[in-house]
Amino acid sequence: MGQTISEKIISNHVGRKVYAGELVVSKVDAAMASDTTAPLTIKAFQDMGGKNVFNPNRCAFIIDHAAPSPNERIANLHKMMRDFAKEQGMRLFEIGEGICHQVMVENQYVKPGDIFIGADSHTPTYGALNAFACGVGSTDLAATMMTGKIWLKVPQTIKINCTGTLQDGVTAKDLILFLVGKVTVSGATYQAIEFCGEAFEGLSLASRMTIANMSSEMGAKTGIVHPKGLQLDYDFDPIAPDEDATYIKTFNFDVSGLEPQVSAPESPDNVHNISNYEGTKINYAFIGTCCNGRLEDLDIAAKILKGKKIHPDVRMIIAPASQRVLLDAMNNGTMNTLIEAGASLITSGCGPCVGTHQGVPADGEVVISAANRNFRGRMGNPNSNIYLGAPSTVAASALDGHITNPKKYMV
Amino acid sequence: MSGVQTNIKAKAHVYGDHIDTDRIIPGKYTKTLDLSTLANHVLEDLDPNFNKIVQPGDILVAGINFGCGSSREQAPLALKQAGISVIIARDFARIFFRNAINIGIPVLEIADHNIQKDAELDVNLKTGIVKDLSTGKTYEATKLPDIMIDILNEGGLVNYLIKHGNYSL
Repeated sequence: MGQTISEKIISNHVGRKVYAGELVVSKVDAAMASDTTAPLTIKAFQDMGGKNVFNPNRCAFIIDHAAPSPNERIANLHKMMRDFAKEQGMRLFEIGEGICHQVMVENQYVKPGDIFIGADSHTPTYGALNAFACGVGSTDLAATMMTGKIWLKVPQTIKINCTGTLQDGVTAKDLILFLVGKVTVSGATYQAIEFCGEAFEGLSLASRMTIANMSSEMGAKTGIVHPKGLQLDYDFDPIAPDEDATYIKTFNFDVSGLEPQVSAPESPDNVHNISNYEGTKINYAFIGTCCNGRLEDLDIAAKILKGKKIHPDVRMIIAPASQRVLLDAMNNGTMNTLIEAGASLITSGCGPCVGTHQGVPADGEVVISAANRNFRGRMGNPNSNIYLGAPSTVAASALDGHITNPKKYMV
Repeated sequence: MSGVQTNIKAKAHVYGDHIDTDRIIPGKYTKTLDLSTLANHVLEDLDPNFNKIVQPGDILVAGINFGCGSSREQAPLALKQAGISVIIARDFARIFFRNAINIGIPVLEIADHNIQKDAELDVNLKTGIVKDLSTGKTYEATKLPDIMIDILNEGGLVNYLIKHGNYSL
C-alpha cells in the first residue's frame, strides 16, 4: 500500500511501515525552543527528573521572541536559558543571530527526511526541506529533550496540487495566502499537507519555507513541499510520496492567473485579491518574520524602493530573519537601499510580529505586514488592524501610503 | 483518576469559533514564569470581564478550532490558573489540545454541542458524558487516545514521565 511523505518519514523512524491513524512513539532527530517556550520547558524538564538532554548537538535554544530583552523580567528568563544551555553543552543562539526557524535551517539542525520537534507553532517551516516538522508546547518539548522521542498519531494527508506558474510580480507569499484562504484556518487540523505540482517546483528554498511556514495557519500538524526541484548545498535523498498513497482530500488549483493576495483583519484566512483592499490607508509597514524575512524578501522590497522614499505618513520596519540574511543584504546593497528609502532596521527576531516590543502599533492604526498572523492584538495592540501581504506588497504600500498592487513597480 | 477530579458540576463560560491563543493570552504577557500574571490577563482582548466573573471550577465552552495560533503553553496554563476545570469545544487546534492534556486540564471534544451562555453542566470525565442541566440535553465527548488518558490520569506529562521514565503505548 502506497505511502505519503509523512507516512514514509515516520516509518523510517519507527522501523516499520506505518499508516495514517496509527499511534506511534517515534525517535526525534532534533529539537528546539525559543525564549517564549524555553523557560517553561526548562522548568518541566527539571520537574520531570531530566538530567541530560538526549543529544546536546541536536537540541538548541534561540533567543528571538524578545531580543534584546525589553525588561528585567525577560532578561532573567534569557539568563535562565543561557545557564541551562551551558550546563547541558547545547547551543544557544544569541540575540540577533536570528529567528529560530531560519537559524535551524542555516545551521543544518534539520535535513530532508528528519523528524524535528520545535516549541513554536511555525515549526512546519522545515517542510520546505522535505522534513516532518511539528510544533509543540513547552512540556512536550521538555519530554522530547529528555527522551529523544515523541508520541504522535500518524496524520492523514491533504494534497494541494497547484498547476501553472506564477505571473511576474506574484510571489510564494501570494500563493500561500491564497491557499490559506481556500483551505481555511481549521481546514487541515490534525492533518499533514503535501504541496505538489508545477507551481512549487521552481521555487527557491526561501520561497518553499514561506509556503510550509503557513501550514500552521491551516491548523496542520506539518506541511511538506514535494522535493521535486529542491536544491540544497549538500547531497540528500529526497522523499517523495508513492503514486498510490492515500489522501483524505485533494485540492487542485491552476495558479497561473493568480493576483497578489491580501489577508484582512482579523484572521489569516480572510484572503482576497489585492484589488479589494487597494487604497486602504496604512500607517506602518513591516517586513520580517519566519515567514518573509529572508534575503529574497528584502531584495524584492529593495528593488521596489530603490531611489525612492517611503510615504511621509508611513513608518517602515525591517527585521531580517537572521544575521546571515542581514550580512548578505548588506553585502549586496539591499540594506542600504532600504534604509535610504526611509526604513528602520531592527535586530533579527520576532518582536513586532508577536507584539513583544520593537514596533507596537497605536490605537486605530493600520499595519501592512509580511508576517503570517493578523489575529486581533497580535502585534501588541488589540485596537490596531493588521493586513498581511507579500514583501512586494508591503514595500509598494509603504511608498504609496495605502495598500497598493506591487505589480506597477515590478515591471 | 489520581490527578484529576472525575465529576465536575459547574457553570459554563461560552465563547465562539476560532478563539486564538493571542485572545487567550496576548504574546506580550507570555514571557513569565509567574502564573498569576497569566491569570490576570486571560481572555482580556475577548472578554475583559472574564477574570472578574470566573470562579474556581468553572467550565470553558467554545466552538470550533479553539486555541489556534501559537504553541504557547501559557494559554492553557492561564485558563487553569484562572480556575477553569475543563474545556469543552466542538474541536481544538492540535497544539493547544496536547498542551492542555500535558498540563493536566481535561479537554472534551463535542462536535455537536449547543451549550449556551451560563449553562450549568455536569461533566463526567471518566465516561466523557456531559449533561447540560439548563436544557436537559446530554452529550458524549470523542474518546481520547489511550496515551492521552494515561497522561491526564497522572495529572499531566511531568507526572507521567516521573512515573514511567519514558513513553509507553
